[in-house]
Amino acid sequence: MQRIGVFVCWCGTNIAGTVDVVAVAEALRNEPGVVFSDNYQYMCSQAGQDLIKNAIKEHKLTGIVVCSCSPRMHEATFRKTAAAAGLNPYMVEIANIREQCSWVHKDIPTGTEKAIILGKAAVAKVNLNTPLTPGESPVTKRALVIGGGIAGIQTALDIADAGFEVDIVEKKPTIGGKMAQLDKTFPTLDCAACILTPKMVDVAQNEKIRIFSYSEVTEVSGFVGNFDVKIKKKARYVKEELCTGCGACTEKCPMKKVPNDFNLNMDTKRAIYIPFAQAVPKVATIDPDYCNMLKNGKCGVCSKVCTAGAIDYTQKDEIIEEKYGAIVVATGFNPISMDKFDEFAYNQSKDVITSLEFERLTNAAGPTAGKLLRPSDHKHPEKIVFVQCVGSRCDACNEKGKEYCSKICCMYTAKHAMLTRDKYPDTEVYVFYIDVRTPGKNFDEFYRRAVEEYGVHYIKGMVGKVVPEGDKLIVQASDLIANKQIKIDADLVVLAAAIEPDKSARPLATMLTASMDTNDFFTEAHPKLRPVESPTAGVFLSGACQGPKDIPETVSQAGAAASKVIGLLAKDKLTGNPCVAQSNEMMCNGCSSCERVCPYGAITYEDKEFRMPDRSTLMRRIAVVNPAVCQGCGCCTVVCPSGAMDLKGFASEQIIAEVDAICK
Amino acid sequence: MQKITRNALIEKAASLLENGSVCAVLGWRKGEFDYDVTPSVFTTTEDLNAEFVWNDFCGANFSKYLIQKTRKAEGKLLVFLKPCDTYSFNQLLTEHRFDREKVYVVGIPCEGMADINKVREAVGDGISEIECGEKIAVSTIYSDEKILIDPKDVLAERCINCKSKKHVAFDELLGEDGDVIENARFDEVAKLEAMTPDERFAFWQNELSRCIRCNACRDVCPACTCEKCVFDNPKSGVENKAPANEFEEKMFHIIRAFHVAGRCTDCGECSRVCPQHIPLHLLNRKFIKDINEFYGDYQAGAEVGSRAPLVNYTEGDLEPSEAFERRGE
Repeated sequence: MQRIGVFVCWCGTNIAGTVDVVAVAEALRNEPGVVFSDNYQYMCSQAGQDLIKNAIKEHKLTGIVVCSCSPRMHEATFRKTAAAAGLNPYMVEIANIREQCSWVHKDIPTGTEKAIILGKAAVAKVNLNTPLTPGESPVTKRALVIGGGIAGIQTALDIADAGFEVDIVEKKPTIGGKMAQLDKTFPTLDCAACILTPKMVDVAQNEKIRIFSYSEVTEVSGFVGNFDVKIKKKARYVKEELCTGCGACTEKCPMKKVPNDFNLNMDTKRAIYIPFAQAVPKVATIDPDYCNMLKNGKCGVCSKVCTAGAIDYTQKDEIIEEKYGAIVVATGFNPISMDKFDEFAYNQSKDVITSLEFERLTNAAGPTAGKLLRPSDHKHPEKIVFVQCVGSRCDACNEKGKEYCSKICCMYTAKHAMLTRDKYPDTEVYVFYIDVRTPGKNFDEFYRRAVEEYGVHYIKGMVGKVVPEGDKLIVQASDLIANKQIKIDADLVVLAAAIEPDKSARPLATMLTASMDTNDFFTEAHPKLRPVESPTAGVFLSGACQGPKDIPETVSQAGAAASKVIGLLAKDKLTGNPCVAQSNEMMCNGCSSCERVCPYGAITYEDKEFRMPDRSTLMRRIAVVNPAVCQGCGCCTVVCPSGAMDLKGFASEQIIAEVDAICK
Repeated sequence: MQKITRNALIEKAASLLENGSVCAVLGWRKGEFDYDVTPSVFTTTEDLNAEFVWNDFCGANFSKYLIQKTRKAEGKLLVFLKPCDTYSFNQLLTEHRFDREKVYVVGIPCEGMADINKVREAVGDGISEIECGEKIAVSTIYSDEKILIDPKDVLAERCINCKSKKHVAFDELLGEDGDVIENARFDEVAKLEAMTPDERFAFWQNELSRCIRCNACRDVCPACTCEKCVFDNPKSGVENKAPANEFEEKMFHIIRAFHVAGRCTDCGECSRVCPQHIPLHLLNRKFIKDINEFYGDYQAGAEVGSRAPLVNYTEGDLEPSEAFERRGE
């Protein structure tokens, strides 16, 4: 039999104003197991906590019930109090008589009655509580960053800076991500490459960082502190350790018609290529879909010209197995496909382009060497129309686009407009917008400069249709402020395409058992208070994989994710949550139902030998819960047909006792 | 009248026993009465010849017996499975309840089993002897003449609504395999659904009030295979206890139906063994019908390892609110 102490808190007048705390303490004094009951103005204060500690010692309490505010507020406080008095912290139960009683009821009798009932339920539960001890698990002091864009780069650099080893897995041949494709960055207009490439070099030179480029994560198992990850290093047919990045192979490769994805297929590259001059690692890669040698065994030019002897046509995909303590997802974003937006004539005219394509067109390293020329006839466009929110902020019923705001388009469009007017003052620039959203440091000033100093025509309204006519693009739009329809004969139309999470994110989320929202953005553990952690322990989020973000925001989040990783890796041992599922092996049928519903992959099966009453032995399949992976969600307890699964600290028996106490 | 003969089954079992490929045979043994056929283990040809039975009263589904029997067996067990039994067999494999390697399944065709209660209705009490052939010949203690019954007239309800003549699991087939059959098994559920809540309550009250808590339904159910049943738990307060009030009468059966929901193959054994003739299968069938309607057609045991809708999540899953709106329908 337990010896239970009940402590009723007034919370000043917060509780005592609507609940007769003395009556509650008196009523609970007579509950089974209760040997002590008292009330106090502020139970969470030092004096209140001392009252609890003294009572535990004096009355030899084995469990306590604190009738106070929400357990989210002070459960941890009272658990510590109990522990300080030598009581197991999991022998503490909170009856929430503030949020659930005094704050929602107006009159004292109702509030008091309900407080007594909740108190009784908590007492009934404590009667069945058992002391729980959290388990410990070691921590592998190495982090994995999935994605080598600016988010992944920043996270990796920050983690390495704290002295921990980091591996970056990047599916492309080079790190750098989307930022490497950009021309200038808002709101300061400094060149993207100038600020990104030094960081890329830092990554390459950092002894703590390994880059697995042209690689993908294929399998993740294990749990926080102890992830086992398989990484597929795709064959690039070039020995990374030998290649000097001299570029001789690229120059001599006879296969010239390979679409250049780095320039969004607006020009071509060779079958053996280095994506761009500052690529890291600066190693050539052979595209097996175009290489004549790989396709039909004829050619071999690159191998002949390579003085380093780095070409290896027989290279195979390689699987690397590594252990990590923490995983950071930094898979980034992509502009959505414009295929469904026929009204903007994207697929009909070369001169209708996306904003990312515009970035390449204005980039000095781009297909036009930075000269703004129309893709169709390489003439200088004199009238440019920018269309905002293409596929962003769509109705839920509109299957073409996304409901959310892509967040970065207003600013980069202002940037594009401004840069165009700056370089080519003779060009007329129109921007069609729904709203201009510029919350950010120096953002609104930037936008206003585009309008006021650079004379960009901002028109509130949506473009209805773009029709190619001769070498012009007829843009039909509405001007909502002037309330009229307008037609513009543009030379170039730039669509601010919505951004969406990278396609690799969804399968990755499945591997990591990390949750995603309906748009495939990773969900954070708490939208406000834990924004860089995923609900899966040990998995962290960095950059646009969590939601649309600009560079400053991405970098700050990347740093935040790194600090969380460092906090985890700095620990030698992890203390688990003891309120995890547990399978009673005597009752378990080994039916696999629990394994199927477990969102964390915490359940495995083993064949165990049982001694039978007749002294014979029997092998039986039983479920085993890995307490370090289990998050205590309880799905398994519900689905278990034999009732073998139970949640420690929230056992069915305890919950039923609570319900009985309430319904009595 | 079964198409395959007793002799064919004995011959198959005896040859496999004799060449050592199996160490025992799960089959039907002669009981105290001709209709009272008992599941049993045979280990010798002599025993098979003497006591093995195969006729219209061999309804018993052996799948469940495999759990206990394979644990003890030294070698392989031969089991005769009718098409509908193979669904239970697969479902148990899905739940990892026994080792497939320890079983040799001989699939046998089934022309439907007789319901002894229907025979009794036809001939009255005092049945002394039954011979199964083209017709079922029944002798009673009250008359010297045999009463001939067409097996079709006394077919068990589950066989009238036979869901499949196709074996979904076997190592060897005797006779020909059939097909999955369109059937009207949900009609009776629909009738119950059409009742008002009060009528339905009265219906079940009437049926379930007869329950004597003999646990036969649980003991025979191939989905009820827990190592330790909650109803055997002395702490539960309901252990081996005849229902004392209206609530307890329904509680046992409704909890059991929930328990096997999504795993019940609708084999109908519960209703077959109920000494109080309660149509227990209707409870399970209601669940199956709901699952089919909510999540798309699903037949438990149709394949090994399938993810039952109730332990699976898909984006198209029914929202709880939608299920709630259907209440009372």
